[in-house]
Amino acid sequence: MPVTPVLTRRWNTPESWTIDTYHRLDGYVALRTALAGDPDDLIKLIKDSGLRGRGGAGFPTGMKWGFIPQGDGRPHYLVINADEGEPGTCKDAPLMKADPHSLVEGIIIAAYAVRASRAFIYLRGELIHAGRRLRAAVAEAYAAGYLGRDILGSGFDLELVVHSGAGAYICGEETALLDSLEGRRGQPRLRPPFPATHGLYASPTVVNNVETIATVPYIVNYGVDWFRTMGRERAPGPKIFSLSGHVTRPGQYEVPMGTTLRELLELAGGVRGGRALKAWTPGGSSTPMLTAEHLDAPLDFEGMQEAGSLLGTAALMIMDDTTDMLRVVRRLTQFYAHESCGKCTPCREGTSWMVKILSRLERGQGDASDVDTLVDACDNIFGRAFCALADGATSPIVSGIKYFRDEFIPVSAVTTKPDPTPGGAAAGDGSPAPTPGAYAGAH
Amino acid sequence: MAFSPETHAAAAEIIARYPAGRSRSALLPLLHLVQAEQGCVTTEGVSFCADTLGLTQAEVGAVATFYTMYKRRPVGDYLVSVCTNLSCALLGGDEVYARVAERLGIGHDETTPDGSITLEHAECLAACDYAPVMTVNYEFYDQVDPDAAQAIVAGLQAGERPAPTRGGPLCSFAETSRQLAGFADPRPEGVAGPGVGEPSVAGLLLAEAAGWRADQAPAPLVAATAPTAGQGTGPAAPAMAPPAPVAPPAPASVPAPAAPPAAPPAPAPASSERKGN
Repeated sequence: MPVTPVLTRRWNTPESWTIDTYHRLDGYVALRTALAGDPDDLIKLIKDSGLRGRGGAGFPTGMKWGFIPQGDGRPHYLVINADEGEPGTCKDAPLMKADPHSLVEGIIIAAYAVRASRAFIYLRGELIHAGRRLRAAVAEAYAAGYLGRDILGSGFDLELVVHSGAGAYICGEETALLDSLEGRRGQPRLRPPFPATHGLYASPTVVNNVETIATVPYIVNYGVDWFRTMGRERAPGPKIFSLSGHVTRPGQYEVPMGTTLRELLELAGGVRGGRALKAWTPGGSSTPMLTAEHLDAPLDFEGMQEAGSLLGTAALMIMDDTTDMLRVVRRLTQFYAHESCGKCTPCREGTSWMVKILSRLERGQGDASDVDTLVDACDNIFGRAFCALADGATSPIVSGIKYFRDEFIPVSAVTTKPDPTPGGAAAGDGSPAPTPGAYAGAH
Repeated sequence: MAFSPETHAAAAEIIARYPAGRSRSALLPLLHLVQAEQGCVTTEGVSFCADTLGLTQAEVGAVATFYTMYKRRPVGDYLVSVCTNLSCALLGGDEVYARVAERLGIGHDETTPDGSITLEHAECLAACDYAPVMTVNYEFYDQVDPDAAQAIVAGLQAGERPAPTRGGPLCSFAETSRQLAGFADPRPEGVAGPGVGEPSVAGLLLAEAAGWRADQAPAPLVAATAPTAGQGTGPAAPAMAPPAPVAPPAPASVPAPAAPPAAPPAPAPASSERKGN
């Protein structure tokens, strides 16, 4: 089946967010199965399923759970990364709004597996409506006896708190998230030690993405063999792909891991207006852009690495042949400069200087050496910071220059375009206001 | 002004959510709380958080200035945020921002002279499939063009509360901030407001129309017509030995063959009644 609705299957049901609807559609069945069994068997089940993290890194979920030391006498924590903010990524927000109980059920099962008696959902602050639905779902789950003391008579206790963040992309990085949850600036920690042994409050902690945890009840219900009927050997299961940009029917498409962009575009009605595909991101702005030559590359972790990119969050931003790549890259670089937490010098300084260079090129005021400077700067940023934000910041630049170098050299950079946003290319240099027509032909 | 006894009580309630001895975790929600009271994080708000949690003002200030959602100048009743990140920008987000700024006569992080509306350009708001989007107090207005955006802010200026495409009905920034502090929206229509629209279910609608099913639920689950409350509706098989899938396992390759599902597809549930999700 081209589309495999598993996590998305309840999203079209009236009042899908209520516990009554969830009960009617198999809700909290997996929880009973899980609580009747041994936590170690649950960890093994998830290991055997081959489930890999859906938040971007693709780490095997069962292995992550297995890293939690057991019988160590310390409290364990489960923290859900619901800080969705990677540009292009818009899958967890609808999941939490349409089917919050699937996340809550997954949390209870996962917490039972790793013996955590407290769990937190670190929710991106701006997602206010998801917060309403989640808090309502948590309250319903407490009332039904799925949370709190002695859940369903199992002797297992779990407290679950929805914690709203306050606007910082960096908090999607798991150690920055933990610092933020501890009431600090959200800045990444040096690893090791890893969160599995020294996470929240320096205790063993599992940090999992929303989609990852929401997948767990289905694996408990339907089993490993069923899960592995979808996807590829090293990346089994269904995955929610988010299509946006110049596509006819943008939206969420839950398909088997390893589906190709060509197949997804077919489902989504193709590039808007029948135009040619110019560039796309496989997994948000932090994953190197690809081109039409990669239409048939399998969208999974290995497939994207072989293509020179990363699966990331499976956020496919589609750019047609009218797109001004220099402008795209400058805009994304501004994003990283804004969101760099400032802890590591290469990232903090590098991103802001690269914005200046890209803006200069965009105004037609750069010279040929600027492109080399950008490549050199990226080379000095990549791998030289505490966290992956810095690496991600180099992705649009390096891949943009790799595939569209001609658009970066000054001769083709003379068509200055306006950017009314603060810090845009037109800002701060006293140059005359440019003419309208951002992202040429995009409208 | 000093914070009221009610605010102190709310602070205590927030702190109680976190483990004993870990009260600092309450700092982010407390900052949302003082912002709800005063429209921004004031020096007084910082002191309140510091005193409540036993932190220094410097420690609290360092946190308050780190996060975009904490404002240092009073926000109006309505915070208008226009996404100008890539997916929105590709479809005209910059033009939307420019028009709204022109209409309001203010720029980024500025408030109209009457103190009612604050404008900001926002980074990706996780609604790329509804691009271009703008939010008012974080409720979504989807697929806006400059004219639509102008009409929305004109409505705000006229004292109206234009209905968001998705989210709860508009409330004030103060009320929104209180929800960010972790308190439930007191309005039933807040939770019930539309959560997802057509793009969120684009793939699901295709599957429902074609009869594609992936869940292949074992019999007890398909038959689950009654709530599980009570007992015994879970699979009878021993835990951790999930029932075999109904569908014959396909080779682990992709894409899965487009064969019809082994079980007849269930009737698509109420696809025409998405309203209210």
